[in-house]
Amino acid sequence: MNQVTATEAVSHWSRMLGISRYTLLEAWRNRFPVLVLVIVAVVYAIGMFVKELAITESTQVQIGFVAASARLAAVFVVALHVLQGLAREAQDKVAEIIFSLDLPRAIYVLGKFLAYAVLCAGVSALCALPMLILGSSSLALAWGASLMLELWLVAAASVFCMVTFSQLLPAATFVGGFYLLGRSITAIQLMSASTLSGDDWGARAAAIVADLLSLVLPRLDAFTQTAWLLGAPPVPITAGSMLVQVLVYVTLLLAAAMFDLYRRNF
Amino acid sequence: MTVGQRALFRVPIPVPAVVAAALILQIGMRAAEQRPTAMATDLPAPPSQMILATAAFGEPIGLAQGLTLYIQAFDTQPGISIPFKDLNYDRIESWLTSILALHPTGQYPMLLASQVYSQVPDQNRQRQMLEFAYRQFEHDPVRHWRWLAHAALVAKHSLHDLPLALRYARALAQRADHGSVPGWARQMHIFLLEDMGEYESAKILLGGLLANGTVTDPHEILFLMERLKALEDVEKSTVAPK
Repeated sequence: MNQVTATEAVSHWSRMLGISRYTLLEAWRNRFPVLVLVIVAVVYAIGMFVKELAITESTQVQIGFVAASARLAAVFVVALHVLQGLAREAQDKVAEIIFSLDLPRAIYVLGKFLAYAVLCAGVSALCALPMLILGSSSLALAWGASLMLELWLVAAASVFCMVTFSQLLPAATFVGGFYLLGRSITAIQLMSASTLSGDDWGARAAAIVADLLSLVLPRLDAFTQTAWLLGAPPVPITAGSMLVQVLVYVTLLLAAAMFDLYRRNF
Repeated sequence: MTVGQRALFRVPIPVPAVVAAALILQIGMRAAEQRPTAMATDLPAPPSQMILATAAFGEPIGLAQGLTLYIQAFDTQPGISIPFKDLNYDRIESWLTSILALHPTGQYPMLLASQVYSQVPDQNRQRQMLEFAYRQFEHDPVRHWRWLAHAALVAKHSLHDLPLALRYARALAQRADHGSVPGWARQMHIFLLEDMGEYESAKILLGGLLANGTVTDPHEILFLMERLKALEDVEKSTVAPK
């Protein structure tokens, strides 16, 4: 019995790796790495131009511009790549063929996410390259590692949204909203808790809603801060809590995606 | 169960269990975190004009309006309100100058300087904003005369600095275009002289104004003649005891 379970586990593992390999192959053939490389090169070139315009602190201005732009661009391309990849598989009925095989649906989700996680690591490494050239290597590594964690969250959210909504537009809108809300939830919480917004029932309700929202959202504003590259590195406890946060939230999103996928009738 | 969905029991038990566990962990972790605390940040220096012009992407007015709102809202940061007296007025002035350079016909930065930031309970900062309005008027009298007129009133009533108010009012009378500036603004320096007890100077200026035909409205002429007569009466009454 144990032997059968072990054989099954090995089989599932190899199938999951197969799904991941083909997802990575698809990204390679879609020239995804070239696209990211071009984006990083363009951002770096514009950063050099911005540096020339600055009168003082020119290197800091360049680092600040390149870091903020590369972060946003990375989030954008990763989300779009994941969403369009899953949408294409759904439209071409590739997903249905996979689900007709003797393969648990969870393995499909895990296989896809594993590939996206590897892609995210590659994207963050490419984005961190200019920071390595411009600033300290340890700070650039910390920034790149944080970007990778942030991209994992975005990729997991994209997988969840695409599986749940099945349509590109609502899924992309939801991922965009999730990301923006995650980046601004701390500021929203601060504003709603402040006495500046009044003390009537509306203000109190807004504060409660903001607090509840903050419970189910990751604090994305704490990730990949440009300030780290400009001499305020993250403390180890921040890095540890970010890692735990990402592990918990990615698990939540992937499990929710699996839940929706198991309930779908093809 | 809706069409296209399988029954709940088709979902392997570990999946909802993991969803529930992860959700509880997420909420627990966030609830255990310290509440974010509001911290005031200093107003940074504005970027150079070259950077702003590049960042505008051909829409300098849009960028100027966005920056105006940024400056206007800077004293209210998330969860904290910074008193105007704690703001760096040199930087505010730099931002207002940069915004005006992007959008020279915009009046918003002038309104912020003369009506908002000049209300701070700090005379030095008030004077700094009034001087900003004065310099901008020197640069473009047609567009900015009303802000200088307001600055003259602030100098008189809030700072109680009549010489400063007179300086602004004189600038209005000398540099403002007759067609675009109403009479009350151009005549302000006369009444300030009167307030300062400079009746002779006020009388000469008022008489000159009536004589050179600048004022054409009959009601305004009548009002100014009454003022001239009042000035002459005051002068006679102050001379009489001698």
